[in-house]
Amino acid sequence: MPEPRRRKLVPQLVVAVLLGGLAFAVTVQVRGNDSEAYSTLRQTELVELLRSLDAANERASQQVDELTRTRDELASSSQQSQAAQRQADKRATQLGILAGTLGARGPGVELTITDPEDDVNAAILLDAVEELRDAGAEAIVVNGTARVVAQTYFVDEGDEVRVGGRTVTRPFVIEAIGDPDTLAEAMRIRGGLLDRVENSGGTLDIDTRDTVTITALADTQDPEYARPSS
Amino acid sequence: MIPVIGLVVGVGLGLWLQPTVPLGLQPYLPIAIVAALDAVIGAGRALGERRFDERVFVVSFISNVVIAALIVFVGDQLGVGSQLSTAVVVVLGIRIFANMAAIRRRVFHA
Repeated sequence: MPEPRRRKLVPQLVVAVLLGGLAFAVTVQVRGNDSEAYSTLRQTELVELLRSLDAANERASQQVDELTRTRDELASSSQQSQAAQRQADKRATQLGILAGTLGARGPGVELTITDPEDDVNAAILLDAVEELRDAGAEAIVVNGTARVVAQTYFVDEGDEVRVGGRTVTRPFVIEAIGDPDTLAEAMRIRGGLLDRVENSGGTLDIDTRDTVTITALADTQDPEYARPSS
Repeated sequence: MIPVIGLVVGVGLGLWLQPTVPLGLQPYLPIAIVAALDAVIGAGRALGERRFDERVFVVSFISNVVIAALIVFVGDQLGVGSQLSTAVVVVLGIRIFANMAAIRRRVFHA
């Protein structure tokens, strides 16, 4: 029996060597695969991969550009609308003081007209308002209740005077916001309010104030006939 | 018994030496392994059918490996290397499945 055994030994060794080589190769290959994902790829595959990465990169940077532009546009438009908002707020404040829909505070004068003979009438009050406006008064109120605005009218009504729909009684107190010295000087000018009141037998006290606060608001109403022309 | 020792020695050598695959061999080694596996499974089937022959095994093993590597090499030269290696893997995979099925039928009678 040793003869066939010996005969079989060499081929078995060859088989063992081949299997060992296979096992060796498998081990090497498995370990290599673990370490580098791209190491087994062919050159053409790598080129393809690189190209697709390039394309993706380009798309991404295009997207970045677009988004940056959109962001800039949004930022600038929001800045513009903020500026417009500030402008509109400022304008609303200006118009509110002008139209008498907002209270006002600032330096000014307080004129007190006392006339025992009741000779100071609507015409003199209107003159007073005109002279105050001429001197740069920005907000005017009579007796703390009747705000004087563009639509305000002055009418005699018996012993009293109607100022823009409100009846004011004597003594008349006119408060005006503006440069105090200019306003006071305008009242004292020759032929001005002081002269007219004294000619009517009354007295005029002119007090300059650091702070005049006007809380009376004008009655606003929507225009019935007038429409914006543009 | 000796082939099993060879298997263990091969694994041990691979783990111990931890060599890196040379760059030129990298595309061919996986294909060669699959081809060798095909030969080994075929040998297993022949063993089960008691018609195993060392000579046939050695020749089929070596020719499988060489032909598979050659096909991939030629494919690389023609610019269709990845497609041809896929083709080789598919064909060898089918053969492996067929041989495994034969072994299964013999072992489990199913």
